[in-house]
Amino acid sequence: MPKKIGVYICHCGSNIAGTVDVEAVAEFAKGLGGVTLAKDYKFMCSDPGQDMLKEDIRSSGLDGVVIAACSPLMHELTFRKAALEAGLNPFLVQIANIREQCSWVTEDRALATQKAKALVAGAVARALSHEPLEMRRVEVQPSALIVGGGIAGIQAALDLADAGVQVYMVEREPTIGGHMAMFDKTFPTLDCSACILTPKMTAVGSHPNIQLMAYSEVEEVSGYIGNFRVKVRRKAAYVDHDKCTGCGLCMEKCPYKVDSEFDQGLSKRRAIYVPFPQAVPNKPVIDRDACAYFKKGKCRVCEKVCEPGAIDFEQQDSIEEIETGAIIVSTGFQAMDMTAMPQLGYGKHAEVYSALEFERLNNAAGPTLGKIVTKDGREPTSVAILHCTGSRDENYHRYCSRVCCMYALKYAHLIKEKIPEAAVYQFYIDMRCFGKGYEEFYQRLQEEGVRFIRGKAAQVWSGKEYRAIATDDTGLEVDDAQLVVQAEDTLLGKLVRVPVDMIVLTPAFEARDDAEQVGKAFLLNRGADGFFLEQHPKLAPVSTTNDGVFIAGGCQGPKDIPDTVAQGSAAASKALSLITRREIEIEANTAYIDEELCSGCKNCLDICPYNAIDFDDEKNRAVLNEALCKACGTCAATCPSGAIRARHFADDQIFAEIEGVMSI
Amino acid sequence: MEVATPFLEVAEAIEQGGAEDLNVCYQCATCTGSCPWGFVEPLNVRRLIHLAQLGLEGYEGEDIWRCTTCNTCKIRCPRGVGIVDLIRSIRMMIGETGLIPQSLRAALGSTKSEGNPWSGERKLRNKWAADLGFTPFDKNEHEYLLFACCMPSYDSRSRKLVEAVAKVLSAAGIRAGVLGSEESCCGESIRKIGDEGLFGNLAEGNGKLFAEHGVERVLVISPHCYHTFKNEYPELGTSVQVTHMTELMASAIAAGKLDLKKPVDAAVTYHDPCYLGRHNEIYDAPREVLRSIPGVKFTEMIRNRDCSLCCGGGGGRMWMETKFGERFSDLRIPEALGVGADVLATACPYCINMFEDSRLNLNKEDEIRIKDVTELVAEALA
Ligand code: SF4
Ligand code: SF4
Repeated sequence: MPKKIGVYICHCGSNIAGTVDVEAVAEFAKGLGGVTLAKDYKFMCSDPGQDMLKEDIRSSGLDGVVIAACSPLMHELTFRKAALEAGLNPFLVQIANIREQCSWVTEDRALATQKAKALVAGAVARALSHEPLEMRRVEVQPSALIVGGGIAGIQAALDLADAGVQVYMVEREPTIGGHMAMFDKTFPTLDCSACILTPKMTAVGSHPNIQLMAYSEVEEVSGYIGNFRVKVRRKAAYVDHDKCTGCGLCMEKCPYKVDSEFDQGLSKRRAIYVPFPQAVPNKPVIDRDACAYFKKGKCRVCEKVCEPGAIDFEQQDSIEEIETGAIIVSTGFQAMDMTAMPQLGYGKHAEVYSALEFERLNNAAGPTLGKIVTKDGREPTSVAILHCTGSRDENYHRYCSRVCCMYALKYAHLIKEKIPEAAVYQFYIDMRCFGKGYEEFYQRLQEEGVRFIRGKAAQVWSGKEYRAIATDDTGLEVDDAQLVVQAEDTLLGKLVRVPVDMIVLTPAFEARDDAEQVGKAFLLNRGADGFFLEQHPKLAPVSTTNDGVFIAGGCQGPKDIPDTVAQGSAAASKALSLITRREIEIEANTAYIDEELCSGCKNCLDICPYNAIDFDDEKNRAVLNEALCKACGTCAATCPSGAIRARHFADDQIFAEIEGVMSI
Repeated sequence: MEVATPFLEVAEAIEQGGAEDLNVCYQCATCTGSCPWGFVEPLNVRRLIHLAQLGLEGYEGEDIWRCTTCNTCKIRCPRGVGIVDLIRSIRMMIGETGLIPQSLRAALGSTKSEGNPWSGERKLRNKWAADLGFTPFDKNEHEYLLFACCMPSYDSRSRKLVEAVAKVLSAAGIRAGVLGSEESCCGESIRKIGDEGLFGNLAEGNGKLFAEHGVERVLVISPHCYHTFKNEYPELGTSVQVTHMTELMASAIAAGKLDLKKPVDAAVTYHDPCYLGRHNEIYDAPREVLRSIPGVKFTEMIRNRDCSLCCGGGGGRMWMETKFGERFSDLRIPEALGVGADVLATACPYCINMFEDSRLNLNKEDEIRIKDVTELVAEALA
């Protein structure tokens, strides 16, 4: 039976009608083979427009519809839905984009009308070759996996667990807490970081709906939205955590010390350790690289002192498999290595600190119990804080790290609080204090007497170096233990040199070194800046192009704690709305493999970006997992035997459209 | 305070003259704070740029001629502004109005008529070559064309450097030929002075000569020649493979082709020439060479590698008067002495010249020797 196609030319106000002669196009469409009716209308997407469409489908028995309007990205779904409501399979709706691809980019009215006709002819030809397709439904596992136990992951985990969802949290380190656990105070409210974080950490540790897997890493991810399968490597702690009572005697007695990562190398920890006293879980692990028994075969002191007999040198890594409906990746960030900027003297001069080092130095639970002192125990009389070190910089990271201005102010406040007579200098380019209460905090710091020098610090020398090379006589006296910062104060137009006892750098907030690897495992795209890419920067900020996988916090880009927590909650709510649906519809226009034609060459296996094709060794045929297929069509284009058909984008359908376009 | 009104036509002219990225400068002042003039008479690079951004008077003043094109600001600029190109473009504009400093006019005049900025006669160019056993370049016989900078032809100190080159090449069994007096100055500094037309003529002349002789690989002793052959000539249609003497020596030593037996008992420090280091990122080759000379105790100065202090001779400053005590080379000698060096080694005829001058002026002849890395290698050859 010949098909009956209805064609609708949308004016889009004057967006289309201003350039395209819509009536002429409708008239033209009437003459195309298979077209039963053709109309032009002011706004097809409006309710009356949709009603007209539905009415026509019903009354004229249309079995195909062409809407010539805006990009399918805008309203394809609207029209598919309208068609469905009128009883027409939604895949029989074809959009001809005569706005973005025609009226907006063509000035000449005659040419634009001509082009619109060609696009409509193509769309009609394609609509004639369309087949009805059925959306598929799959069940959703009622659980969520959270990868990374910093504040973003913690927030997401609690939100989901409180809603009754089973949560798995995987954390690489022996404890959750992330960067926030290292901070002393938080800006601009100055509440104690540990005081607001540790209750949440404890809640994660004890929540009946959360299974915490610390000291573990995701090894492999397979499956698809609603039904992911994840392999988690549980690293051997060499301590049986079921037996361990957390008494800590082993850590006291272990004779071997190494730099504490948590204290940024400013203190030592033992080979058997928990990173910090409020760790969750609060059970030690043995660091193989530091342990004398693992290195030299002798010691086992911990084993001797452990009463419950929890030490187990024979423990092996184990693999655990999880099934989960949604995944939240909250793997965080890292601070840039400041030795990359040798002119700032980091790594060379003892009193040049990175921000995290200063956090620990200043932390009441840190190596100096919160006393701000130089490495040789002096209280600094002056401190310079250098902004934008590695951020907003083509040589390192182009982006602004968003948090440095504010924590630089926080440091200044804390220094002033502890050493009121200390001079504190901020070397800045622009003060970016955009958050709630941030500008007020800036003003407060000015009131507290912090000195602002507008110019990026260009060089740092030790006092000794300075005296050796400063050949001009500015009268500046500097002793060996001091440092000199040089910058131009651009507001004065003068070169300034400031002698200080201590310097704090603000390293760029950067994507983790393993972001590429993690991105591959979870099929996440990364931006030019290395961070994971959200699906839409404004409208889908925690979704990703991999359905069912969400991102939150520092792994998506630099952000402060409020934004991180907001994203954690946002990701949890996205995961929740997925999980509570119980069942979801997935793409109908997947690829299809014709077993008869498949020669078993395996070309398609590696080419599929979504790992949707498996191989059946017995049959020697490729097998498609429709739930994983995103309908990209790559396999269909690759298959040398022509065995793979991309539904809705099959060769004959595309050729029909091309012929239609070329026919005029 | 003065009242200023932006003059955007001027700003646009500067932009079009080669300073395309003028407007991305966000006025952080890393440049001013990094400029070697800081310890002499601070040069406000940032302000120059901002004046140029708004086309305001002042960018064309004397300061623009102080830049030695050392590239320190450029490699540190967070916005990647091509500051040196920007300065060159401003100089070019000024040059068109004829307002360039007197001392530079002599250098330009001599380059125009004699092919070198040293007011030396063209016919004397490369006369040293035959005395040192070099033969005219023949592509069938020679691996390299030795392009030895103008200086050895007209300056006795630099002449010693080519003697060392001759000795090292023959010891390593590397065959290099030279071109005669028809060769001209590479033009690197000429371009930095802002005479784009003259630079073009020099590059074209040399390029033609290279083509006629079938030159494919050029060995240079000056980082300035290195820079322009490598990075600027290709745009003008001449592409040759360039090797700096320190790179050649480093690989010859690694390949066991140079037998360094005679100890050179000295505490040696190394000065990175701007055009070898910051402009072309060759930091390791000269150090590797120095470290493989027996007897050498190698120490770094405070300002080394990309933080090296400019000698003050680049960007046309070779031909301009700088007051005694204000020359960067005058600051560098005490820095070298301060780390206990009795030899200040470097790898550029300009740097050598500047340092030799400062050594005399500062009365440090007995305390420190100035040596090209090649000269130290030559000393170590049995
Ligand atoms: S360093 Fe670059 S961005 Fe900063 S003021 Fe200088 S030219 Fe401008
Ligand atoms: S190139 Fe060197 S001398 Fe010139 S402005 Fe930049 S830092 Fe100063």
